[in-house]
Amino acid sequence: MRHGKKFNHLGRKSAHRKAMLANMACSLIEHKRIKTTLAKAKALRPYVEPMITRSKVNTTHNRRTVFSYLQNKEAVKELFDEIGGKVAARPGGYTRILRTGFRLGDAAEMCIIELVDYNETMGAKSTGAKKKRTRRSKAKAEDAPAADATETASDASTEAPAEGGES
Amino acid sequence: MAHPKRKISKTRRDKRRTHYKAAIPNVVNCSNCGAPTLYHRVCSECGYYKGQLAIEPKVKG
Repeated sequence: MRHGKKFNHLGRKSAHRKAMLANMACSLIEHKRIKTTLAKAKALRPYVEPMITRSKVNTTHNRRTVFSYLQNKEAVKELFDEIGGKVAARPGGYTRILRTGFRLGDAAEMCIIELVDYNETMGAKSTGAKKKRTRRSKAKAEDAPAADATETASDASTEAPAEGGES
Repeated sequence: MAHPKRKISKTRRDKRRTHYKAAIPNVVNCSNCGAPTLYHRVCSECGYYKGQLAIEPKVKG
């Protein structure tokens, strides 16, 4: 049974899929933007992003770990020497997938997957660190202790007469 | 094994198929060039997406 096996097999056996993802990752690192099908792009994203994260710290161990996946020394060199420095400030989310339409022949949904930091035009105006957003309500956080205080106070007031009644 | 007793008549077959319908794509006009595009897709004419240039369009030669 395939319960809980969530990732897309892309119609390939494990070795074929790994080889294809390695080739696609090398192409993405070399060209910074590749055109592919949406399913392959979505499979590539969780494959290549951890490697880009590793490229931020240029150590022999990291290089060898990435090389064990990519099997391409030019790609590893490009990744650690060029891309690693460029994405240093980005906390994940190094790739962008843009849907472009449907392929003639099999009507597969096509897209472009690119490295966010190498697209000069898209999102250029929103450069710099985004303001950190929080979904926690400040008002609630302040109310909660206050509410507790009033509850305990009311408890005390109800208890006090009861005790008085007993005695 | 169980088998159908009667052939499905043309009427019955066609009545079943009245619910097979093609969906209408939700076409909008590109905010940059006005060409018809689909939501969540890069405009195929000008390469704009969400009001920004995403992909340089191919120059028609």
